[in-house]
Amino acid sequence: MHEHEHDEHAPITDRDELTYYEKRVYAIQSLLIEKGLMTADEVRRAVEDMDARTPALGAKVVARAWVDPAFKARLLTDAKAAVTELGIDTGTLSTLVAIENTEKLHNVVVCTLCSCYPRPILGVPPDWYKSLNYRSRVVVDPRGVLKEFGLELEQEIEVRVYDSTADIRYLVIPARPAGTEGLSEEDLARLVTRDSMIGVAKARMPDQY
Amino acid sequence: MSAKFQPGDSVRVRLGAPPGHFRTPTYIQGKTGSVVARHGAFRNPESLAYGGDGLPKQFLYLIRFDQPQLCNQYTVSPQDTLFIDIYEHWLEPAGC
Repeated sequence: MHEHEHDEHAPITDRDELTYYEKRVYAIQSLLIEKGLMTADEVRRAVEDMDARTPALGAKVVARAWVDPAFKARLLTDAKAAVTELGIDTGTLSTLVAIENTEKLHNVVVCTLCSCYPRPILGVPPDWYKSLNYRSRVVVDPRGVLKEFGLELEQEIEVRVYDSTADIRYLVIPARPAGTEGLSEEDLARLVTRDSMIGVAKARMPDQY
Repeated sequence: MSAKFQPGDSVRVRLGAPPGHFRTPTYIQGKTGSVVARHGAFRNPESLAYGGDGLPKQFLYLIRFDQPQLCNQYTVSPQDTLFIDIYEHWLEPAGC
């Protein structure tokens, strides 16, 4: 166990040099504020709003789809409208498409060009999602990459990679785990993790809380 | 404006590297797949990226590729697929 001794960890320091893009972002931001086009408080609020969005929103959507077939049908037809039904503000989300994992089909999402991700309902993507390693490899060796995440799928299952290159954002609806018939919607939502909604994992089993 | 392609059509992704920003990854260029669905029409990101109006809008399609067609070493699970969104001006009919 880690005993939290305050004198043990390395001193917290800032990096001396900003990267090229950090400098560019700060320069543009300063100019926009200086010219009165936006305020520092607006920038801060936008960051705060983004940080407040977590995969719990997506999990709520998936859990509802698991218990309500009519909702699932609407989610698969027009995901953004269905998400809005649950009172979730979809913010800047463009077109959302929900894709369902089944016994025969496993979907996994990537953006090979950058980091397209349904941020308004999943929050900020994990660092690995943006890494060159994941982006370049999952499209050519999806099963190998999934195995590194601890997910080995039978040969008979179709592994379908979605490369999210444009205006569409994809949300994976993981398969509902067996033995969860008696669970409430709220408890089901706890089984729906971020990674399962990207498609690099299955939903948790109830005994994996 | 009418769409050039319908679900089921066989299409090839054009080759190209226009100066500036484009959203068609090189790994898929020159490959032949089939149209799964048409998402609708969207402003062209190649213009939007530089402050343009993105008009005329481009139809955006979901295209399906079979993994073994993308890479002939992909033999273990031949039913595996790659689905990708491609704008209409990057697609051409695949000859039969």
